[in-house]
Amino acid sequence: MSIDTVFTHKMWNDHELSKMVDGGIPFPMLSDPGGKIGKLYGVYDEDLGLDVRGRFIIDPDGVIQAMEVLSPPVGRNVSEAIRQIQAFQHVRQSNGTEACPSGWKPGKPTLKPGEDLVGNVWNVWKVDNAFD
Amino acid sequence: MAVGCTKKPKANSEPEVKNQVENNQNLEKKEEVENMILVGRKAPDFETEAYHNGKFINLKLSNYLGKWVLLCFYPADFTFV
Repeated sequence: MSIDTVFTHKMWNDHELSKMVDGGIPFPMLSDPGGKIGKLYGVYDEDLGLDVRGRFIIDPDGVIQAMEVLSPPVGRNVSEAIRQIQAFQHVRQSNGTEACPSGWKPGKPTLKPGEDLVGNVWNVWKVDNAFD
Repeated sequence: MAVGCTKKPKANSEPEVKNQVENNQNLEKKEEVENMILVGRKAPDFETEAYHNGKFINLKLSNYLGKWVLLCFYPADFTFV
């Protein structure tokens, strides 16, 4: 989503993005005229007149589970966004009985919060796990 | 006497006005906190135009209830993500 019109989105997709991604962008490109939606989400910069790089993970109940906001000159890490979605999906499937600690990705061990874990995280989670 | 009578209520009414202004400011602050974007809170619903699969469509966030949504804002077309 950006403050551009759908006409500009069409030009960008059809003339540039489709040269990088086969068939063009597979998801909807949303238009936010005047930054009205950006203001709702706290990512509209009045001075620039633009929506800055805000990213929100919204669960099936419509609840925000994660957010990240960058200023314009630095781009995002898409793998990290996907990792976070996978982690929130895992927690949801476990009905909150499991937690995904730092550095978790599918295949890595989760934690089971409870009395037994207090003071024992060091036994089941190592610092190396925080990194890829 | 007359002056005293007019002055007295004026002096009393001033703090009342001040309190009212403060209350209004507190109300505004309370509203701001309630509308704040936070994890664990509902994502504000919106409806807008979008370009998708070669067509201009109308899109409403609440139509995606039941699915995971990644909502991404970026400064402008022809920039990176």
